[in-house]
Order: sequence, then C-alpha cells, then structure tokens
Amino acid sequence: MNFTLQVWRQKSRNDRGRFIRYQVRDISPDASFLEMLDVVNADLVRKGEEPIAFDHDCREGICGSCGLVISGRAHGPNQKAATCELRMRSFSNNDEITVEPWRAKPFPVIKDLVVDRTALDRIMQAGGFVSVKTGGAADANAVAIPKAVAEEAMDAASCIGCGACVAACKNGSAMLFVAAKVSQLALLPQGHPERKERVLRMIAQMDAEGFGACSNTYACEAECPKQISVEHIARLNREFLRAKVT
Amino acid sequence: MATLNSKLPEGSIERQWDTHRFNLKLVNAANKRKYTIIVVGTGLAGASAAASLADLGYNVISLCYHESPRRAHSIAAQGGINAPKNYANDGDSIWRLFYDTVKGGDYRARESNVYRLAQVSGNIIDQCVAQGVPFAREYGGLLDNRSFGGAQVSRTFYSRGQTGQQLLLGAYSAQIRQMAAGTIKFYPRREMLDLVMIDGQARGIVARNLINGELERYVGHAVVLATGGYANTFYLSTMAKASNATAIWRAYRRGAFFGNPCFTQIHPTCIPQSGDYQSKLTLMSESLRNDGRIWVPKKKGDPRKPQDIPEEERDYYLERLYPSFGNLVPRDVASRRAKEMCDKGYGVGSTKLAVYLDFGDALNRNGREWIDEKYGNLFDMYHEITAEDPYAAPMRIYPAVHYTMGGLWVDYNLMSTLPGLYVIGEANFSDHGANRLGASALMQGLADGYFILPYTIGDYLATSKFKPVKTDASEFVAVDRETRGQIDRLLSIQGKTPADDFHRQLGKVMWDHVGMGRNRAGLQKALKMIPEIRKQFWNDVKVVGGSNDLNSELERAGRVVDFLELGELLATDALHRNESCGGHFREEYQTEEGEARRDDKNFCYVAAWEFKGEGKKPKLHKEALKFDYVKPSQRSYK
Repeated sequence: MNFTLQVWRQKSRNDRGRFIRYQVRDISPDASFLEMLDVVNADLVRKGEEPIAFDHDCREGICGSCGLVISGRAHGPNQKAATCELRMRSFSNNDEITVEPWRAKPFPVIKDLVVDRTALDRIMQAGGFVSVKTGGAADANAVAIPKAVAEEAMDAASCIGCGACVAACKNGSAMLFVAAKVSQLALLPQGHPERKERVLRMIAQMDAEGFGACSNTYACEAECPKQISVEHIARLNREFLRAKVT
Repeated sequence: MATLNSKLPEGSIERQWDTHRFNLKLVNAANKRKYTIIVVGTGLAGASAAASLADLGYNVISLCYHESPRRAHSIAAQGGINAPKNYANDGDSIWRLFYDTVKGGDYRARESNVYRLAQVSGNIIDQCVAQGVPFAREYGGLLDNRSFGGAQVSRTFYSRGQTGQQLLLGAYSAQIRQMAAGTIKFYPRREMLDLVMIDGQARGIVARNLINGELERYVGHAVVLATGGYANTFYLSTMAKASNATAIWRAYRRGAFFGNPCFTQIHPTCIPQSGDYQSKLTLMSESLRNDGRIWVPKKKGDPRKPQDIPEEERDYYLERLYPSFGNLVPRDVASRRAKEMCDKGYGVGSTKLAVYLDFGDALNRNGREWIDEKYGNLFDMYHEITAEDPYAAPMRIYPAVHYTMGGLWVDYNLMSTLPGLYVIGEANFSDHGANRLGASALMQGLADGYFILPYTIGDYLATSKFKPVKTDASEFVAVDRETRGQIDRLLSIQGKTPADDFHRQLGKVMWDHVGMGRNRAGLQKALKMIPEIRKQFWNDVKVVGGSNDLNSELERAGRVVDFLELGELLATDALHRNESCGGHFREEYQTEEGEARRDDKNFCYVAAWEFKGEGKKPKLHKEALKFDYVKPSQRSYK
C-alpha cells in the first residue's frame, strides 16, 4: 500500500515545529502503524536524515508508551486499540494521513511525536496508592470481595496511562485517568481508609498540572483503548463531593 | 579474582531460609538512612525492591529508560502468578510447588533457591491484595485460581489476561508512594551504560539522560540490576522493542559472571511472522492448546486452503508422536516439533513458517458461544493482527523467543560475583533451571524484590566498609570517558547501514543456529558469523543525529553493540553444553524418540562465564548442582 504522511516534526521543546510530508510506498497491509513508521525511519537513516522520534515499547497495547493523533483521532480510527495495535489495512491505499503528538498543555513536546507525560505520575504520587508497607499483610482471603465489585474495579484498573483521554478532550482534562484509579480504590475495601484524602489530593494535583475540567463530552471514553467507562468519572465526582462535605 | 561461592545454607531445606535470615547481619534502623542503593529498572523486581528498600529506611535511587516506572515490560505478562495457597483444596503445598519447579527446570536449578521461592510466594499474593490488586474472584468473594502448564493443581492467581499489568501497577503504586515521600529519587528516561567499581565494590553507575544526551553519574553503597532478560538478542521475540541487555552485559564486562546464557525459552503459540518489516512477535496464551489441534498438510507445499484439505491428508503430528499428551506436551517439545515440520517443508502460510492450530473439532463439538467465552479475547487479538477469522479457518502459529532463564550469576543472597552488585528478576540466572514453568516469572520477580533482596542486602551493608565516594572520583571519570568514547565512535563511523539491519542479521543467525534445535556444526557456524557481523557493524553502521538530544538511533546502536557480543557468549555456552535439557536442545543428544537427553554425569552444573577481555575466550566456572530432595528423572510425554 502507498500513503502520503504529514508528520509533525519538532526539534525540541522550544522549537516551533511544522508538518513534513513523506511519501511511503509498498507497505504491507499487515504492518502495524508503528512498523510503517519504522520503514519510513529506516529510509530516512539511509539518506542521512534524522528519523521521526516516537514513543513505543511493548507493541502489544499494554505498556501505554505509544500515542499518536492520527488524522485527528487519538490512537487512530480503530476503537479498542492503542496506536501499536492499529494495522495499515485500516486505511485505504493512497490515503493522506496526518500524524501528530498528543496536544495538551501539561504534555509538552520533547521531540517530534514524543511528549512528556510525567504529570500523570505526579497525580499518582498525590494519592494513587494504598499505604501498605511490604510485609505484614493479612492472608489474601481474609477479606471477601463480591465478584461484581472486583470485576468493576478491574475494569477501572485496566487503564494503561497512555493519555489518550487527555488528547481526545477539548479541555485537555485528565478526569478519566484520575477517575480510573480513584474508582478502583473506592470500590475495593483496601482503598477505604484513605479514600477522602486520595480523591482530594489527586484532583488538586490534576488542577495544579494544568489539566482542564470535564464537560461531559465523553470523547475520552470513545478514544480510550481499554474502553474505560465515563461511569468512573461519575464515581469520582461522588467521591469528591463526599470528601468535601463529610 | 572473583570466585564462585554460592553461600547455600546448611541444614534441612525447610529451615534453610529461616536459619539464613537469622544469621544475616542487620543494619540498625537509624543507620539505614546513611546508605544509598541504586536500583536499575522498574519492572516487577525493580519496583518491588525499590519500594521495599525505601520502606525499610534506605535512600533509593531508581532509574529506567521509560518515561514512567509503570511502562516496564513485566506489564505484558498475561497468564498469572503461582502460589501454593491450596485455596482450591487440591493438595497443593510449598513442597509440591518446589518439586514441580525443580522438575520443570529439568534439574538445572538450585534446590535451596527454588524452595525459598515456593516459601515466600504466598506472601506475594497477600501483599498484592493489600495494595488493591484486583485479582479474579469467585462468587463467594474469595480468590479464584486456575491451572497452568507443568502442574496438576490449581495454584495460579490471575487478573483476566492482564496479570502482569495489575501486579506491576501494584508495585508501581508502592514505588510512587515512596517517591512522594522523597525516599525514592526517581530518574525517568535514563539508560544505564556502565557500572563503576571502586576498591572492588560496586559503587555506582554511569547512565545516559535520553532527553538531553548527558552522561550522568550516580553513586551509592550498592547497585541492584533489575533490567530484565536478553531475549531481544534474537531480534524477533515477544519482548518490548527497547528491552536490552546493556546493563547486565556491561556488568559482565566489569567482572560479574554470566550464568547459563544458553538457557532460553521458546513459546509455541505465537502469531507467526508475516514479513520483513515485522518488529516483534505477539504471544497468545498457551491455554489455546487445550482445545486447538495442531496439524500440517501431509503433502509438502500443499497449495490448498486448510478447509479444503480432507482429514486423511492432515498430519496431527503431536497427537501422532505423543499419543498420551497430544497437543498438551510442554512448551519446549511443542516448539521444537513445529520447527522440525517447517524445516522439512510442511510449513503453511505465505512464509511457510507456521503450523495450523485448528478449533474446528471444538467448534463442532461445543459451539461458537462456548469457544467465545473461553478464548474470545485471543480470537479477537488474532483477528486484529492477521485479518483472518479464526472461527472460519484454523489459526497459524509459530514459536517465538520470550524468556531467558540465564542471566548474571548470583549467590543465595542474589549478589553477583562483584561485591555490592545485586541482580534480581529475569536479569539473574534465576531459579528456573533450563526451563521455566508458566506463571513463575511474576512469582520470581516479586519474590526477589519484596521478600529476599531487602534482607540479604542489609547483611552486605552491615558487614562492609565503605570509603566516602563522590561522583568526581577517578573511577567515575574513567568510566565516563570510556562510555563517551563508545558514543563518539558510533557517531563517527558514518557508514551506510542502520543499526537495526545488523540486529536483524544477528537475530537470523541466532534463530537459525542457536534457536530451538542446536547442533555442533550450526553453533560453530554461528560462532564464525557473529564476529563477522560485529566487524561489519563497526565498519559500516550509520548512526544519524548527535549525542546531545533524544536520539533513538544512537540508543539502538549501543544496544546492538552488546547483543552482538552476548550472542556469541550464548552460542559458546550452547556449544559447550553437550547435552539436551529443558529449552536447550542439542540435536546430537536425543533419545531414539527424539526427546532431550540430559547428561547428569557431566553437566549437572551451572555454567558461569567470566569475561577475560576483548577478543579473548571467556573462562568457564562450574557450580555443581546437588539434588538431595528431588531425584532427577527422564521426562516422557508419550
């Protein structure tokens, strides 16, 4: 297959950046989007030009490293898939494809398509954990947890921290990301002792990092490769209110 | 000169770890904050170690090449984690897990280590549940278990098909809690490029800041490597793309012995390669072999679609060769036989490097809904990657490298042959012998990090003398200069070929001659070809860009340099081990039925290799293995 790419190239954080056009030929429809970029990069290297920088690692949709806005959609046109899981057969021959980094104020561009998402780690540091030390935990079966509750907690816990929810949101909100963790630990009894401080601190950190507010467009849910439901945002709001008034 | 002292405790195996722990010297609580420990890598082993050491009061420096600790490749593990809780009431015990693991490893692991692993594995489950890890549960609210390969009991705890992710996020949460408290200083996007030894002690590392290219020096009282395995030596593997061997290889070059490098594991049910562009292979859970039947056409190069090939013209070769175990033979056997069929010309698909995994019988017998419930996500994944509907036609599968049992040699305390250098998780030569059982990698990584290293490292700190060291010490300056020298050299060659091309060439040699079936002639050939590729690399590699910013080509080239050396050691070890055991199959050493033939008389030892200098043959040291509790026997699956 052949494609025309418009790829965002930006030398460094302070560079202005611009789109550069690349013609790509003879790509297998079975290649993943990142493998297509590998081919482009190998050609660039042979020509002595700098390859396109992009984040990636596991290439099976679980590490959360990759994340590109592809023709306007976070992780491209397919649902339920991270960029690395997207195959070129999802496009038509001779398509023109634009490739951009996540665009959000708290995710500054490092180079080309690589952005800095450490803001997400700082939100986690504010309270995305249960304060248990190693050792001394009670037997794993000491507390029974209803299957339905455990399953719902697992739905939330499947977040891969890729930041697509932020990139998809017109407000650049990280509500779905924060909600996934708050909801998981609010559902499970292990998270209860710290639930108030957790939600207040994580929301405060989210605001401090410059993420926007939620205006219920559900764009985050639509682009989430793990299809995490906005119902977790509703739970986050309830947790926040509860922590504020009680 | 380093010597091989495994420091195995005396006494009955049930009491060894307790006795040993009691004999370990402790660091006074108030003194712990005077020590700094550098932990490289943030997978299950690294994150759990960093968090546990910080819990104890040590200062911890943690680094990884990712932007966040949560992205380490432990996250990709699917199946589960073993622990002999006996919640299923099916007769499990510490002893049974110990026995299964020693036997599964084909009698090439230390009994003392494996017993300890089985002992602490129950604590891991408790710890993870306390952290809020959402394990699968039964309707009554208690934890659910499932069965896994190599065991007859249900002892595998799981979180859907994302167990590695959930366990890693648990360890990550413990780590970020300490980052918030300031006891762990975390440095993202840093790649360790060398180890710094001062007065015979591991005192620091030199790492490259992958954003601005600066070389940074980190100083501490001990260094812990938790940097994973070296399966990417084969280029195509189920590893993450950037997963690399640089940290352990550089430590090897500084004097740490490398244990059993030829013990690599090849997983039978992966999605086959479809073209040269391919960057990695994807694994599907081996549970598929419960209901799928593996076959190839009886006619070589049969051009028909699989659906059009009648039953009598199909060769269900595993069922033919192993009537009692059939499609459920162990991983090493299933993998080897698939390769053999393809090598003989019976392979299918466009590359002819695949065999069919057919669910036709199961679909006819139990219906689509039944299959969907059991394997729906795997069928979806296969469909997504290959664009073929596995409900309509059989899947095509082929084996792929996905784990390395070998690694840096460590003693019972997890310390390498270099004082103060500890190695944990897949990076060490581990407790899995010549073959790892399913759901045991997560167990070992977390056992090392949560429950073993935090005790054993204290003994070293309490009993060693440390001189004050700063990052301007001459040893740091020298290592920094060498590292910079290599970077400059890579950038100055300005040849024609990208580093990735050399990596692919190496991978092909490794796969063809040092892969599933190994023989003397092939290994000797590989040992000729690898230095050739290395020579071409240093003459013709093209690394564009500079050293002062994010340069993925430079990162890659540096990793390929080390794979090109490690590949040679792997082949050397495979050539010296004149026996077949577990994942190491030497074609000359097989039974009449084509099974692995161990040689306990001559090879019942750990091979620990010592670096003797550039261009010189490494020196082999042997650690004899003793089996006082589990009697070595021949495996048979007929």
